[in-house]
Amino acid sequence: MTRFRENLYKWIFTILAFASLVFLVGIILTLLKEAFPIFAEIKLFKFLLGSQWYPTYEPPDFGILPLILASVLVTFGAMVVAVPIGVGSALYIHELAGETQRAFLKPIIEILAGIPSIVFGFFGMVIVAPFLQKLLGIPTGLNAFTASLVLGIMATPTVCSISEDALSFVPRSFREASLALGANRWQTLMRVVAPAAGSGISTAIILGIGRAVGETMTVLMVAGGAAVIPKSIFDPVRPMTSTIAAEMGEAVMGSPHYSALFAIALILFLITLVINIIAEIISRRYRLKLGLGR
Amino acid sequence: MIVSSKTTKTRDFEFPNAPGQKTLRSKDISQAIGFTVLVLCIVFALMFLGSLIYFIVANGLSVISWEFLTQVPRRAMTQGGVAPAIVGTFYLTLGAIAFSLPLGLACAIYLTEYSPKSIAVNVIRLSINNLAGVPSIVYGLFGFAIFVKVFGFGVSILSGSLTLGIMALPGIISASQEAILAVPQSYKEASLALGATHWQTIKKIVLPTALPGILTGVILNVGRVAGETAPILFTAATFYTRGYPDSIFSEVMALPYHIYALMTEGTRPEVQTQIAYGCSLILLCLVLTISALAIILRQRQRREYGS
Repeated sequence: MTRFRENLYKWIFTILAFASLVFLVGIILTLLKEAFPIFAEIKLFKFLLGSQWYPTYEPPDFGILPLILASVLVTFGAMVVAVPIGVGSALYIHELAGETQRAFLKPIIEILAGIPSIVFGFFGMVIVAPFLQKLLGIPTGLNAFTASLVLGIMATPTVCSISEDALSFVPRSFREASLALGANRWQTLMRVVAPAAGSGISTAIILGIGRAVGETMTVLMVAGGAAVIPKSIFDPVRPMTSTIAAEMGEAVMGSPHYSALFAIALILFLITLVINIIAEIISRRYRLKLGLGR
Repeated sequence: MIVSSKTTKTRDFEFPNAPGQKTLRSKDISQAIGFTVLVLCIVFALMFLGSLIYFIVANGLSVISWEFLTQVPRRAMTQGGVAPAIVGTFYLTLGAIAFSLPLGLACAIYLTEYSPKSIAVNVIRLSINNLAGVPSIVYGLFGFAIFVKVFGFGVSILSGSLTLGIMALPGIISASQEAILAVPQSYKEASLALGATHWQTIKKIVLPTALPGILTGVILNVGRVAGETAPILFTAATFYTRGYPDSIFSEVMALPYHIYALMTEGTRPEVQTQIAYGCSLILLCLVLTISALAIILRQRQRREYGS
């Protein structure tokens, strides 16, 4: 009886443990199924590289190149902000902040990482965009530049806190050896500690990229929403995520537009999947390198 | 930013300054510049985030009143309060946790207590990691296609909660795993040595010991779920309801979606922006209080276990 019950529990947990796999597969299958009809209408190649996105025109145009470029531009811009500031802050917390400051800064950074994206979007829309519009004398504050800035600041706490973890994993002996050889703190930090934490910091950056690519509400509110290929960083753009969020409500179910939006979601999903796998590989190598095991 | 260790040349290995010697060398100058840059980095980050909080608090405070918190909206969202949105967010979050906590806990128990080192475990780990990276809008589409359409739940609290629950699952699993792993091995060994079975040990020893840690992880995820917008765009949220939701199949107002709708719909932008400030402040207070609570609890626990 006892043995039966033991086995029963084991099986229950085993089955429930596969829920994540079921959901992941479910997401993939759903996206594939709903996205499939669009590829009967238009070749994959034309879908990916077409430069016209007019899903509601007659006949409609389903070229998502402007959307992909917008996502790339905004994500790249966000990283230009988030990587130096995030990694710089992590180095500060690791090297310069004293015990008290660190005890205070680390939780603050983590709490800031939890600010909802809609709040960033709102802040970007009502404060940052009008401010930059006036400051730079541009026709609209809602553009790729503003979106990059807001998104970058939003990703900063994440990049910072993962980088800081990576730095704190570097064995003390590395640092002591370097200092003993006569290097000063800055040289030790930049040439010994930071390179040793290099793959951990890369993981932080890659996860930051993943977050920025998939972020929806902030770019929806701040990026401006024009689905044309941007000519400058001050043009309004419409990244993939905000296209889905903005158009899903009006797309007729089962129409080519509807399945085109699912196809965009599928591409987004694949991009983040690749990003995650790269991050996973790098962090595994890193742990092995420092002899931390799995 | 990161200078490879290979660039270190022999000339850098000078003897350190002799005591009393005070010549300023290039490496001291670069250290001074470098450290200044690091200070500027963190100051900029904290200033930007601080100004976000400042503007929202400064503009939101004047909007918030007892009426704002407890009344239903009137006159096309320009008067009255946002109580249904607060209640809606509460229901959605509660539903999401009710769904993902048992599932996440079971998964964490399996991974930490039962898992033989096998391909299955690696597959589960990999899918958890990947699930954690799926963009929120993709969850929204999935929830719409499956819960709203295929299962026929419609745009409802149920669909929204399930969608948010799946999204919270990876976080709940890893938090629970961390908490269970922190239970000292000796506790389990003592229990097994006394003749308790594996399940009895888990139920009576492991879970009660890990409970505070698990709760902390859950609270942290509650904060994240409460602030999400994209997953509920098409699965649960609506701009306006007459009153409060009466069943799990009714659509709801929710704070994050309400902010978005106030900024993009309607006819009186100035009034609506003020209300959106109020909603942002409520949401910010809610989320930040919850995560601050979780983080303080966690630090206290970590100190207790000394890890």
